[in-house]
Amino acid sequence: MKPYTLFLVLFTMIIAGCASGVSKPSTTPQFDPGVDPDAWAFVPAGEFLMGQHEHETNVDYNYEVMVTDVTTAQFADYLNQALSDGSIQILDEQIVGYYPGDQFNAHEHEMEIPPGDWLHLPLNDPGVRLDFDGSTFTPQDSYENHPVTMVTWFGAQAYCDYFGYRLPTEVEWEKAARGTDGQPFPWGDEIETRNANYYSSHDIFEKIIGGLGGTTPVGFYNGSTLDDYTTLDSPSPYGLYDMAGNVWQWTGDVYQNQHYRYMRGGSKDTYAYNLRVWTRNSAGPEYYSPGVGFRCARNTNE
Amino acid sequence: MYLSGGEKMGALRARYNFLFKSTKGLILVAIALIALVTAIWGMISGPMAEFGVRDLVIRTFGMDLVEAEREGRIILLYHAIAMAVVAIEVYIITDMVPMKVHQQTNINAIITFGYMVSLVFGLLFGYFGHNFIFHGLYIFGLSLMFFGGLQLAFALWPWKKEYYARDPVYSQTRTGIDLERVAFFTMAVATLGSALFGAVTGSYWGNGHETFLAEDLIREPEKTILQNSIIGHLHIMLTLIAIGITLIVGRWQDFRGPLHKIAMPFMIVGTIIISLGAWSVVLVEWAHTIIYGGSVLVMLAALFFVIFSWRQLIHRGIEKRGSPKASFRQKLSALLEDPLKFGVGWQMVFMNFTVSGVGIFMAAKLDEIFRVWPHREERIVLTGHWHILSAIIATIILLYYADLAGLKGKIRKIFGWSVIIFSDLAFAAATIFSMKRLIVSESAQQPLVNWTMLLVDLGLAVVLVALALLMIWRLADLFKKRGRWAEEFDQTAYPEIESHDSAITGEQQA
Repeated sequence: MKPYTLFLVLFTMIIAGCASGVSKPSTTPQFDPGVDPDAWAFVPAGEFLMGQHEHETNVDYNYEVMVTDVTTAQFADYLNQALSDGSIQILDEQIVGYYPGDQFNAHEHEMEIPPGDWLHLPLNDPGVRLDFDGSTFTPQDSYENHPVTMVTWFGAQAYCDYFGYRLPTEVEWEKAARGTDGQPFPWGDEIETRNANYYSSHDIFEKIIGGLGGTTPVGFYNGSTLDDYTTLDSPSPYGLYDMAGNVWQWTGDVYQNQHYRYMRGGSKDTYAYNLRVWTRNSAGPEYYSPGVGFRCARNTNE
Repeated sequence: MYLSGGEKMGALRARYNFLFKSTKGLILVAIALIALVTAIWGMISGPMAEFGVRDLVIRTFGMDLVEAEREGRIILLYHAIAMAVVAIEVYIITDMVPMKVHQQTNINAIITFGYMVSLVFGLLFGYFGHNFIFHGLYIFGLSLMFFGGLQLAFALWPWKKEYYARDPVYSQTRTGIDLERVAFFTMAVATLGSALFGAVTGSYWGNGHETFLAEDLIREPEKTILQNSIIGHLHIMLTLIAIGITLIVGRWQDFRGPLHKIAMPFMIVGTIIISLGAWSVVLVEWAHTIIYGGSVLVMLAALFFVIFSWRQLIHRGIEKRGSPKASFRQKLSALLEDPLKFGVGWQMVFMNFTVSGVGIFMAAKLDEIFRVWPHREERIVLTGHWHILSAIIATIILLYYADLAGLKGKIRKIFGWSVIIFSDLAFAAATIFSMKRLIVSESAQQPLVNWTMLLVDLGLAVVLVALALLMIWRLADLFKKRGRWAEEFDQTAYPEIESHDSAITGEQQA
């Protein structure tokens, strides 16, 4: 092959790659794995081994965490309620809401988060799986029970707050994910492609839509069978699903000297090692992504 | 044709002498080991994991991979490969920079034993269960490397009259001190000092220091001294390896003249400043400003080498053709005539687009762009950045080694251009991949991700195949009675080693 031919072929490949645009997974199958997104898992007080290096950490109170990520349907219902009572508003194709701001210490790289209206969800991004007809939000077909994505930390925090819940702290999240045995994955010590949705896990949804990077319904990794594809039942020790893979999950901590908010769990877009329960990801609170969702936690009197 | 027992021993001894007592043989062994490690360990990550090869390799070799120890394993793997690369540079330096024969022999022997012990036992400890004797031997290997480095610095001592520059076309002081030798010496001393930053922290392992990868800590507002020490260590070690190979290829292409006279002081001062900058990461937050200052000088020195190298290639090419007034096309043709010699300079230039340029842009727009991205994206840029720098250094070593190995004619061109074009294709694709957020949103990124990853895999695969073919050729050559190995042994054996002729006489007779 002559050099210029090779160059032309490669150039064409790159251009074709760039120009392909958004994949439209309109054929994503509707599937109910049978895990209730309204269910909560109880996490008892006590010590657990936290982090990669297994530091003994005590959580001296009981709490509950949602068994699954917040779904698109749940979030659509919330938006409809919150929009009608004025908790949120739509400005320039964005859902925004009030946040009281963070303490700002002007530390190196720290960004100021003053009180005011902050982005919860963009409406004009093709990654959003919600439709809005001017008055009502509805989940897109087949995505009702997929985790809601494209929600900023402000949006996630506002959702939980609206119902009297909160985002789990990193400590709460990790304990809920791994239990007390120090295991690296919610279900145990090793990961297989049928344990979770991650990059190159080649789940059935990716096969059906013919592309990488789609979410799976919440709770799909509970031993469900779709076509000839059966997942492994992969709950955390406390019965939570999707604590590794599918979407990163916002956590609630606001740390001193930084504006970053932290995410846990890895996602459909990351390699398996990012699904280890101690792996952290962070971004500014206005960040949103097709690979980021959340779930809430709440205190319990039990 | 049969060889008697004595003849077999003689033949084996001759090969052993070539592989372990000649510069070219030692380099070949180190490259072959790196190729082997790359081939095996390359199969347990990246696309090989996706294809299911990872699990097969882990089962076949009986690897014991505990999830919580991934970062530690990676650090051991980096050190295993890095020690072999450092050994290669040391072999070349002891061969091309004048020193006493016993110094060359001692240094090479210690370095060889050191890198092999650290490579073998480091990987055994990291990937095949935790036998702490292996860990001790790994540390012993690293210590030997350090000890070999001390001897190298001593051997390179530039203030001995016998090593003063004799030709005024090379950079030197008024009193005649050879500034290129000073640059080698400075690099060696800086490397020893920088190694200590890793060693001291490493000595606290399990006793106040927990294993981490620097890219995972970048957003921590407060870092410990030990963490900063490691961050400084890893940055400067790679930089010093790059400085080492720049000096080596400069001497290979007989870098001299006015540009050499400017470049060497720049390289010396730049190496000192950049090292002090990296070391001061432990003490001050603005250490990167010092590093920038040193980097400018070092990069200018490299630029002067590239200008000299390309000018010389054009000049020689034109001279060979016998056309005194050459057109632009003829000059270009002369420049590209030899991809091995052109390639080392080109890779340095290309590095500016994929490493330095990205680094500068990142530093300038850190808060505005990169710290707005999620940490995992910023991490990809950082790891891509220094993986590419490492790989560029590797390709420069490969191009230089291909010349040493005697590749000629069409094969030389095919090898050289394959390495240059396909490695650069991979580096460019990796750079686009890592910076993709600048041009495409997350919702629309998949096609770009697919294509760039494909091009990275394709580019690296071609380079690795070229390397494999080179190694197979050299392996096959060892089975010949009077292969290239015998010729190379004559060229680069230590003077006190017996000539290969006597060793292979038996074979010839048989």
